[in-house]
Amino acid sequence: MDTLNLLMQGFATAATPMNLLYAFLGVLLGTAVGVLPGIGPAMAVALLLPLTYGLEPTSAFIMFAGIYYGGMYGGSTTSILLNTPGESATVITAIEGHRMAKAGRAAQALATAAIGSFVAGTIGTALLVAFAPPVVDFAVSLGPSSYLAIMVLAFIAVTAILGSSKLRGFASLGLGLAIGLVGIDPVTGQQRLVFGQPLLADGLDVIVVAVAIFAVGEALWIAAHLRRNPLSTIPVGRPWMGKQDWKRSWKPWLRGTAYGFPFGALPAGGAEVPTFLSYVTEKRLSKHKEEFGHGAIEGVAGPEAANNASAAGTLTPMLALGLPTNATAAVMLAAFTQYGIQPGPLLFDNEPDLVWALIASLFIGNTLLLLINLPLAPLWAKLLQIPRPYLYAGILFFATLGAYAVNLQAFDLAILLVLGLLGFAMRRFGLPILPLVIGLILGPRAEGQLRKALQLSGGDVAGLWSEPIAIGVYIAVAALLALPLVLALVRRRRPQAAAALAAAEGPTAAAAAVAEEPATDRAAARDRAAATDQAAAPDQAAAPDRAAAPAPEERQPHHKDSHSHEKESL
Amino acid sequence: MSIVVGYIPTPEGEAAFERAIAEASKAAAKLVVVNSSRGDAVVDQRFAQEEQIAALQSRLDAAEVEHVLLQPLRGHDAAEEVLDAAESHGAELIVIGLRKRSPVGKLIMGSTAQRILLEARCPVLAVKAG
Repeated sequence: MDTLNLLMQGFATAATPMNLLYAFLGVLLGTAVGVLPGIGPAMAVALLLPLTYGLEPTSAFIMFAGIYYGGMYGGSTTSILLNTPGESATVITAIEGHRMAKAGRAAQALATAAIGSFVAGTIGTALLVAFAPPVVDFAVSLGPSSYLAIMVLAFIAVTAILGSSKLRGFASLGLGLAIGLVGIDPVTGQQRLVFGQPLLADGLDVIVVAVAIFAVGEALWIAAHLRRNPLSTIPVGRPWMGKQDWKRSWKPWLRGTAYGFPFGALPAGGAEVPTFLSYVTEKRLSKHKEEFGHGAIEGVAGPEAANNASAAGTLTPMLALGLPTNATAAVMLAAFTQYGIQPGPLLFDNEPDLVWALIASLFIGNTLLLLINLPLAPLWAKLLQIPRPYLYAGILFFATLGAYAVNLQAFDLAILLVLGLLGFAMRRFGLPILPLVIGLILGPRAEGQLRKALQLSGGDVAGLWSEPIAIGVYIAVAALLALPLVLALVRRRRPQAAAALAAAEGPTAAAAAVAEEPATDRAAARDRAAATDQAAAPDQAAAPDRAAAPAPEERQPHHKDSHSHEKESL
Repeated sequence: MSIVVGYIPTPEGEAAFERAIAEASKAAAKLVVVNSSRGDAVVDQRFAQEEQIAALQSRLDAAEVEHVLLQPLRGHDAAEEVLDAAESHGAELIVIGLRKRSPVGKLIMGSTAQRILLEARCPVLAVKAG
């Protein structure tokens, strides 16, 4: 029970008054940024990072973990009361949650979301404790070529699966990789993309880039779209649940957790797929099918649990492999580097105190979140009444301060502005932000592994697939890339095939029917263009695991309008 | 000849709206309903949503008064929008709802009603809720 001992030590570190205070601060901030559309935990962590240099790394990471979990809670409040998801992971929650709120059951929806998040977050963190050490043991045995393969898988996954358009995703990834290349080549000492500017030789600071893309880009975007018809929130009292609600919620919570954690832990990550799958499952299994579309509590409980469990799952590859699969994890990984801590499989050996205190603080943070969210949800919704100019003035202030504080160089401010404009342009042209951030942060690490693999094989390209795991992962990458193409081809050959196929198979057909509806619901609710080929998505969604992955891509067309950045909420 | 009313979905706003309909049908005047927001926050509870607007519309139709419903979103505050509407429609009466404010609240937030009362060029009828 070595793990348990370490975890208990972690609790001892995390429960000191100072660290508890930082955990509390983190969850407060996290909930706040989760509630506000367009501002997310990744932006909050990036903004705070330069301000926390004076802190113990442990305290800083406890706060960041609080922000990360808090963002997941906050997003659901906005989804339920406003039908404007604060986070991409809570898009599904909005479907049933907002209907429930409209039907006067907002209190129950908020309660099941908060308690479900707590249950899933706690189970997810426990699974993280159980799985991280074995993953580390496994990871230590991996050579550079396998690492490179896994990173390539992560690149492809965040780019090709999670985005609305593959082309835009790859463009964004390319931008991130290019920005990551700036500076001196670590192996040969050659200057790359420096343009004769000596200040660029050290490379672009990840924090400056992240702050520019998240904060400055978003602020410019908001400034360009300042006046919008304001919405009104649905008034609620204190969240509570009746006996019936408990009875209908607990199974969806557990099932949502079961979906969320593995998806979060896979390098293909993301909370969107498991929340969608959870919704479809609950709709199929529910005894109250007729309530779906009119506010069924299962449709809130399941997806909310799934997104929190996936948040915990995401931390597994982040801590054990140094492999982030969402924006917040990526920024936290950058934070490790800023503190001079080497992320990767050795993290558990080199920094056991930090890692276990971080994990223990997740349990603490989760409990704190339940305590502050359950009674205070209506209060959090009031944050939405803050006029945007005040909010973004504050964000820009912190962004500028932070970017300057990193190196105390005025040159960084120029970079902040230029990349801020890039962030604005990306929002304008619908480029997703996540691939850029992953490319920026993972790119140099992937390059390091590539160089190492090639050095080990003496420059022989075959060294890149010298390990069986590398080959396996590359096959998975190829399958991931080929699958949508094959499906598209099959569909074109036999235009009616998808529908006929679905009709032939009982359970698949049921899933097809249920899954088609949420998408159209949402389209109607949010006044979106209808997705073209809805029928095809669900029968992939019915199959487990990877086959399901293209499903969100089919639903994504909804996200592509001018509001898309709000959903993406980094 | 027209009457301007500042409307927000609160008891005071409702009272003002009711009274304005009565005044308008008595004087056979055109009723200009102003419901504005600065439009710079995600949520503004004083901005009437679609269903609320539909409800207002049907009440106005039922009262059979000639009416215009304005929802300006120009970043101006409510007093400015009401005064602006009064000016451009040549209003002979402005109807507003009045609520009790603490002196401190008024000091910090200012008072929309006070501005309208002081700056309007026509008589202002201030109605209290209930």
